[in-house]
Amino acid sequence: MAYSDKVMDHFSNPRNMGELENPSGVGTVGNAQCGDIMRVYLDIDDNNVVRDVKFKTFGCAAAVATSSMATELVKGKTIQEALQVTNDAVCEALDGLPPVKVHCSLLAEEAIHAALWDYAEKNNIVIEGLKKPKTDIHEDEEDAEEY
Amino acid sequence: MARQIYLDNAATTGVHPEVLDAMVPYFLEDYGNPSSLYEFGQQAKADITEARSRIAAHINATDRDIYFTAGGTESDNWALKATADAYKDKGRHIITSAIEHHAISHSAEWLEKQGFEVTYLPVDSEGIIDPATLEAAIREDTILVSIIHGNNEIGALQPIKELAAIAHAHGALFHTDAVQSIAHVPIDVEELGVDMLSASAHKFHGPKGIGFLYIRKGVRTRSFEHGGAQERKRRAGTENVPGIIGMAKALDIAMANFEQRTAYELELRDYLIERVLAEVEHVRLNGHRTKRLSNNVNFSFEFIEGESLLLSLEQRGIMASSGSACASGSLDPSHVLLAIGLTHEIAHGSLRLSLSEKTTRDDIDYTIDAIKEVVVNLRKMSPLYEDFLQGKKAISAVK
Repeated sequence: MAYSDKVMDHFSNPRNMGELENPSGVGTVGNAQCGDIMRVYLDIDDNNVVRDVKFKTFGCAAAVATSSMATELVKGKTIQEALQVTNDAVCEALDGLPPVKVHCSLLAEEAIHAALWDYAEKNNIVIEGLKKPKTDIHEDEEDAEEY
Repeated sequence: MARQIYLDNAATTGVHPEVLDAMVPYFLEDYGNPSSLYEFGQQAKADITEARSRIAAHINATDRDIYFTAGGTESDNWALKATADAYKDKGRHIITSAIEHHAISHSAEWLEKQGFEVTYLPVDSEGIIDPATLEAAIREDTILVSIIHGNNEIGALQPIKELAAIAHAHGALFHTDAVQSIAHVPIDVEELGVDMLSASAHKFHGPKGIGFLYIRKGVRTRSFEHGGAQERKRRAGTENVPGIIGMAKALDIAMANFEQRTAYELELRDYLIERVLAEVEHVRLNGHRTKRLSNNVNFSFEFIEGESLLLSLEQRGIMASSGSACASGSLDPSHVLLAIGLTHEIAHGSLRLSLSEKTTRDDIDYTIDAIKEVVVNLRKMSPLYEDFLQGKKAISAVK
């Protein structure tokens, strides 16, 4: 598997890996059947800024690296800015992913959205532009294996 | 240079230096075409004839029943497709297993599209086929049974002799894929009672791109490649002379020290299995504990994913393989691991380590230390492990 140096760096030295004690929001997406699960913890302050973020991931190097990179991209950002962190942005920041692994970057975006959704629900607020994330990003995916 | 430990000998092996030495003249000097009538060509023909005879002797076959191919995949394709075609008027039912190499299983699926019916025999939780399941599945229109001898992923060894006897009792032919087992398990085609057997040189320190299919005299299989009259008109194409010479030499070497080599591998294999099972939590051995290839080890580590495991081991210089979906680029984990009843989660965390006689005890100690470290690191990162620990805490809190 040809991964970029950045992917390997984030896989080997994941940033923001771990848990938060009293998170403002937690989101878990993916499914173990397909081989990846991502959990994101957010600590959001009174000014709607992501003060801290942690993740845990069960999955391949691409899944770990995209989680790590996504947490870096949202840390210190406002909720609205965090919402703009797309899978494309995560991929680009990692200098790209092998085509077969691009679906892993969807997981990172969804995990952040799921954590924001949890935060909004807990606080009874509506975050503009946030749709209820799919918890299982694989459900529409088809096995493209050919022989 | 950083330490490198190659534990993927089931994927391929390095060519033995003596094998290469035996091959070189056939590239540079004795490059004649065995089909040419002049002496230069006829010498090449004589040399591959002699090589064929040596290979045949190692598996107790008749010389003329060894057909050279481009390797295991071609041998398997030939055995299934061309035999099915030759016997389709007798019947259109084929039996194979749920744990075959893709060269067999994908050929079988292709045959299904051509109107054949295929039964895939299940295996037990240790990867072994119960002969009673074959007895129950076989029918009057069953023309061929193909069962892998030693599984490439979990090393499970099948009761080929019993299975072949059942096939014959019902008038069906029996093929076995012996790509992983040859040179690791004694093979005697008469004793096993098989009609066809596939092998590939690069699994036993021979070159890549050469293998053979044993076809017992009397089996009506069709030609698989059409063209010249090579291989008794059954497999056309100029013979891979250096490859054939190399394969025969590699098998000679492998069989010359067979007892000592396999005993050595087996001891290291058991040492590796016992230490990991004793020293790592939440791990299982995939495949039968003793009915397994002497060089095969396959674990599943709960709560972690195989590709991450492989890359982490590679960073420590260890080369291995995994049945995880991510490692293969598909979404499904290995069909073999699912066939032994593993859940997807557990199958994703599999690790295959395949040894050779060059593997040392020190290599294994280093590998065990690396596995322990990597498993701890990856579990720290795993939401599944976090959930497990919390579940466990909850249970102990109740007590």
